[in-house]
Amino acid sequence: MKKIMFFMILILPALLFSQTESADEILKRVDENMLSDSKIIVFKMIIHGRRGERTVEAKSWQRNTDDSFTEYLAPPREKGTKMLKLGDQLWTYSPQTDRTILISGHMLRQSVMGSDLSYEDLMEDQRLHQLYQPTLIGEDTQLGRQCWLLELSASQKNIAYYSRKIWVDKERFLPLREERYAKSGRLLKTTEVKEMMLSGDRWVAKKVVFKDELKTGGGTEFTVESIDFDVPIQDHFFSKAALKK
Amino acid sequence: MMIHKLAFKNIYRAGLRTWLNVIALSFSFVAIIFLQGLYNGMNDQIEKATLDAQYGGGQYWQNDYDPYDPLTLEDAHAKIPDDLQKLIEQKKATPILIRQATIYPNNRFQNALLKGIDPGQTILSIPTQVLISSDETIPALIGSRMAKSSGLKIGDYVTLRWRDANGTFDADEVKIVQIMNTDVSDIDNGQLWIPIEKMREMTAMPNEATIIVLEKSSPFSERVDNWQYKDLEFLMQDLRALFLTKSIGGSIFYIVLLLLAMLAIFDTQILSIFRRRKEMGTLMALGMTRSKLIQLFTLEGAMHAVLAAVVAAVYGIPLLIYVASTGYGLPEATDSYGFAMGDRIFPAFTAGLIIGTTLLVLIVTTIVSYLPTRKIAKLKPTDALRGKLT
Repeated sequence: MKKIMFFMILILPALLFSQTESADEILKRVDENMLSDSKIIVFKMIIHGRRGERTVEAKSWQRNTDDSFTEYLAPPREKGTKMLKLGDQLWTYSPQTDRTILISGHMLRQSVMGSDLSYEDLMEDQRLHQLYQPTLIGEDTQLGRQCWLLELSASQKNIAYYSRKIWVDKERFLPLREERYAKSGRLLKTTEVKEMMLSGDRWVAKKVVFKDELKTGGGTEFTVESIDFDVPIQDHFFSKAALKK
Repeated sequence: MMIHKLAFKNIYRAGLRTWLNVIALSFSFVAIIFLQGLYNGMNDQIEKATLDAQYGGGQYWQNDYDPYDPLTLEDAHAKIPDDLQKLIEQKKATPILIRQATIYPNNRFQNALLKGIDPGQTILSIPTQVLISSDETIPALIGSRMAKSSGLKIGDYVTLRWRDANGTFDADEVKIVQIMNTDVSDIDNGQLWIPIEKMREMTAMPNEATIIVLEKSSPFSERVDNWQYKDLEFLMQDLRALFLTKSIGGSIFYIVLLLLAMLAIFDTQILSIFRRRKEMGTLMALGMTRSKLIQLFTLEGAMHAVLAAVVAAVYGIPLLIYVASTGYGLPEATDSYGFAMGDRIFPAFTAGLIIGTTLLVLIVTTIVSYLPTRKIAKLKPTDALRGKLT
C-alpha cells in the first residue's frame, strides 16, 4: 500500500503536468495551423435569417492576424463594398454612397451583412495560446473524426470571451467545433466545421457554421471557395486609399 | 373727443360690415393667444419634465463622457470622488453608471444603453423603487417607447449581453419589472435601467459612475478632479435652441392669421374712403382739416381692434380657461418628435402674453388703418363733394 501511495505521489503530479503541457502543445499546433504570414481567401457566406437566406461572396487579403482587406463580389447590391481592418480599427466603404466609414464603439457589435458574425468577431485576434490557458478535458468525435476536447480559460483580463471549448482534430490540428462562453458561463456563440479541405500541407475548414446562440435563426454558413497561404500581398491593399479604388 | 365720438358712431352705423371685421379680428386675437399659450405651455412642460426626470439640479460628468459620442462610453466611468460621495450619502445627489449592451428580445438582436441607478433615489422622477428586488434576478425598468420597439412586456425575461470593465463578454437574463410612461424620451429610447450596485458587480466597476445628478437647486458646483460640472444652462441649451426654432415656426402661423385679419381691415378702409368721398368733402367744407380727417379714419380702423379685443374676451376667456384646465390632446405620432411631451399640453396664458398680443394687434391695426387714409391728404374738398378722388 505504501508503495502505491509513494508511486501516486511521484507519478500524479508528473501526469497532471504532462496533460497541461500537452493541452498547451495542442493549442500551439492549432494556432500554427490557422495562422500564417499572409493569405488570400475567396469565400461565400450564406446567412440563414428569419426571412429567408442571403448569399454574400467576397475575397479577402490578410496579413498576419492584424490586417485584412475584404472586397464583396456578390450579391450585386453589396458588390464593391470593401472593408479594411488595420490593427484594432475597421473601415467600410460603400460604392453607393462613395463614403468610407470608421466602424467603432457600438457599431462594432452590429452584425456583418446581417450574419451571425459581428465586426468584433471579425477583428478578433486568434492567437489562442497567448490569450487562454488550455485544459484537456476529454476526447470526443466530431465530423466522424477523433478530437481532443480543450477548455480554454482566459489568461488575460482584456479578452472578449472568458472561456471557450474547442474540439481539435487529433491528426489535423483543426478545431472542428468551438463554443464561446460569457463570464457567467452562458453559451454565446458556436462554430461548427461541416467540411474540411487540404490547402498545401494544412487542413483548413471549408464549410463552417457560425451561430449566435442568443438569437434564433439557422446561423451563418461560411464556405471557403479557395485559400492560398503565405502569398505575397502588396502593401497598398492595407491602406485607406485601397477602399476607393 | 369729437373725433372719437364721430369714429364710434361711424363704425356703429356700419353695422354688419363692422361686426364681420370685428369677429374676424377677434378670431385672430384668440388664435394668436391660444397658439402662443400652447407653445409656452409646451415649453414649460418639456422643461419641467426634463429637469425632473433627467437633469435634476445639474450634473457632474466623468471627464470622458460625451452623450453625443457613444464611442466615449467605453471609458466614461470612474470612482466617485469623496466630495460627491458625501452628497450621495446625504441623498443630495445620485450616481448613474452607463454602458452599452445588447438585448435579445424575442430572439433578435437590439443595441441598448444600460443604465445603473440607485433604486432608492429621489432626485429624479424615475420610478426606480420598482428595482428593489430581493431575489437573484436582475430587475430592469424600461420606458414605453423601448417596450414598443423591443416588444417587451412586464414580467418578460430578456437576455442581456454586455462587456465588463475589461471588455469581457457576459450575459444574463433580466426581468422587466415595470414599463414607465415618461414624457422624456431621452431616458426611454433604447434604454434599460437596472440597480446600480448590481450593474457595478456585473461590469466589475465597484463604486464607479458615469454621471452624478444633483438635487434641484443644489448649491454645489465645486471643481472635482476627473469630473466636469455641467450647470442647467449648459444642459438645457439644446432644448432651448429647439424651443426657439419651434417658436419661429409657430410664429409664421400667427403672422399669417394676423395678415388675413389685417387684409380685412385694409379692404374695409379702402372701401370706406372710396364710398365716403362726399362725406369727407362735407366734413372738409365744414372746416375739418385733412389731418383730422386722417385721424378720424385711422381711429375708425383702430376701433375695430378695440371692439375685437372686447368680443374676443367675451368668448375667448371662457374658452381659453377651459382649454388651460383640460389641456390640449396630442395625436400619438407627436411622441416621436423627441420632445418630452405628455399626452396633453396645458397651455400657459400669462398676463404678458395677453397684454402683449392685444397691444401688437392694436398697433398693427392702427398702422394698417392709417395706410389707405394717406390718399385723403391729397383730397380737394370740391372734388370730394362731387364724389371724385384725386
